[in-house]
Amino acid sequence: MSKTRLTATVLAGAMAGALAGIAAPQDAAAQAKEKCYGVSLKGQNDCKAGPGTTCAGTSTVDYQGNAWTLVPKGSCADMKLPGERQGSLSPLERDLPKA
Amino acid sequence: MRDDHTALGSSRLAGGLLVPVASGDDLARALPAGVVGPEGQPAPRRFSVYRNNVMSSLIEALGSVYPAIRGLLGEDYFKALAAEFIRGHPPRSPVLLDYGAEFAGFLEGFPPLADYPYLADTARLEWAWLKAYHAADVPGLSPACLAGVAADALGELTLRPHPAAAILMSPWPVHEIWQRNRTQDAREALPPPDLSPGDRAVLIRRPELEVEVTDLSPVEARFLTALQAGETLSGALDTVLAHEEGEADIAGLLASLATSSAFCALHRGSAC
Amino acid sequence: MTTMSDLAGGLPAAAGLGLKPDHVREILEMRPAVGFFEVHAENFMGDGGMPHRQLSAIRELYPVSLHGVGLSIGGEDPLDKGHLARLKRLVERYAPAQFSEHLAWSTHEGTYFNDLLPLPYTEQTLARVCDHVDEVQEVLGLRMLLENPSTYVAFSETTLSETEFLAEIAGRTGCGLLLDVNNVHVSCVNQQWSPQDYLADFPMQHVGEIHLGGHAQDTDDLGRPLLIDSHDREVDAQVWALFADVIARHGSLPTLIEWDQALPDLPVLLDEARRAEAILSAHRLSGHRPSGHRLAADQEMRRAG
Repeated sequence: MSKTRLTATVLAGAMAGALAGIAAPQDAAAQAKEKCYGVSLKGQNDCKAGPGTTCAGTSTVDYQGNAWTLVPKGSCADMKLPGERQGSLSPLERDLPKA
Repeated sequence: MRDDHTALGSSRLAGGLLVPVASGDDLARALPAGVVGPEGQPAPRRFSVYRNNVMSSLIEALGSVYPAIRGLLGEDYFKALAAEFIRGHPPRSPVLLDYGAEFAGFLEGFPPLADYPYLADTARLEWAWLKAYHAADVPGLSPACLAGVAADALGELTLRPHPAAAILMSPWPVHEIWQRNRTQDAREALPPPDLSPGDRAVLIRRPELEVEVTDLSPVEARFLTALQAGETLSGALDTVLAHEEGEADIAGLLASLATSSAFCALHRGSAC
Repeated sequence: MTTMSDLAGGLPAAAGLGLKPDHVREILEMRPAVGFFEVHAENFMGDGGMPHRQLSAIRELYPVSLHGVGLSIGGEDPLDKGHLARLKRLVERYAPAQFSEHLAWSTHEGTYFNDLLPLPYTEQTLARVCDHVDEVQEVLGLRMLLENPSTYVAFSETTLSETEFLAEIAGRTGCGLLLDVNNVHVSCVNQQWSPQDYLADFPMQHVGEIHLGGHAQDTDDLGRPLLIDSHDREVDAQVWALFADVIARHGSLPTLIEWDQALPDLPVLLDEARRAEAILSAHRLSGHRPSGHRLAADQEMRRAG
């Protein structure tokens, strides 16, 4: 690909071609389905403590677990990188725009 | 025990709420002066209710922002790690739907997790998902809208990033890792992903109300990122195509732009 | 009998429920006969998306009350101006029938602890809380309600009773009060107060809303019962009895069932609301009918029946 700037004609042609291949926007039924009914997160400011709940906070529970000495027991236990790869990667370009 | 009876309450209690307690002596030290039971006796166990409410509710808040990290680490480890994070980065706002921005960086810098380098980018994906979920309702750029741009104006077109859209580039298969670990069902149903590092990117977006996560090719990701950074359409194409070997698919890139939901409509407040 | 309903702002003197995202779809489809829905203001402080879409849809059908959990009115920090501004935007957007907050603190030196923490009751703290309530009412341009807390500890320097403290705040600032009957029971067990005395001393003329919720039981440093305001189960029998007594003496009031953890299916919450409604309706003044949304709900019930 040459580094000369694209001409307006080439760009417009490519845009027309690109848009011609795109399906029409979702129909009204699909839009209605989404109204208010999709995945919804519970409120973050709802947590009340109580025994037996995921929010278990009572006088008897104290969070003493030490992440410096524990070992992960979730699915990442099977997802450890082979030894020779550990720490050997230079960080690739990454970007998380604020937008 | 501190001994400042002139304070109004919050300054005395605050210091004892987040400090780690491993023994009864620790708890006695955490107990603020003048905090008592009904007969005026020191009441460390009663005070512990507040300590535990604070810590457990914040762990829960963080866990609901980072369900995949929770699944990856397991419940016990996640709680211990979250407590460590919370002590170092307690919320600075009462709006908890915004809590936990620094978690990915914390994971990256936590030495015991150095063998799991994909955790930080997985957390970045979860954070972008949350931001998209709560982002402002802004009309997105539609294909029809792009079709209306005059041919001689296309090259100089600049676009505003949509508030719900984010592009995450990572060497790790974070999309698959995330999908597999958000729920217990998915963990059982999906195989562990191949962890070979590569040039990967995902787009997080919310065209209507549902947050969507899709894979981008590296060239698409570079193109959309250049546009998000404010380059003109022809400038972004030039930037990207300069790095491409062989024949470039300009129409393909423009099609992915038109369907990306990564940009705002061209005119504020309108559908176009 | 004192007429409370005049003080209830725009909320009907009927049973309401906390609105949970898990239930929104069912509510919009069933349109159950619920007097109002209450939300935690902080959960709607994102810019857009699903939470606002859901609350807007509910708001078209039911009165909504805003319940703040993060203003830290009882704290030493000045009130968070940014947070007040967010609340004001919510009040303007949803025109809630009522706004309430807690006699508690949650932020200190900018750190938010996400719990309703206690304060000593002294002349000094009273002055601070009154300043904060004045500021909230001025910024929001409304009469707020302040809720009595559940407490697990006491302070050696406390000089005023909780009911005296709340009465003084209401008297000085003109704010209303939210009487959480479960909190009365929890605090009275924990502090070894008599709930009957507490309620007899409570300045009922200022009460604009009642809360009911479930609590858990633990033990204190001496092995005695320590009740925890957990909002994770049905309202306790003793709390129902206190509530019935309050309503019999003072008339019907808007009454919220709070259930925030271990959330059950909607019908369980509707059963709790019906139980409260049965007590309220026996004491509701004739002529006080909840407004339009109830008609729609009644029609729905007729269709269903």
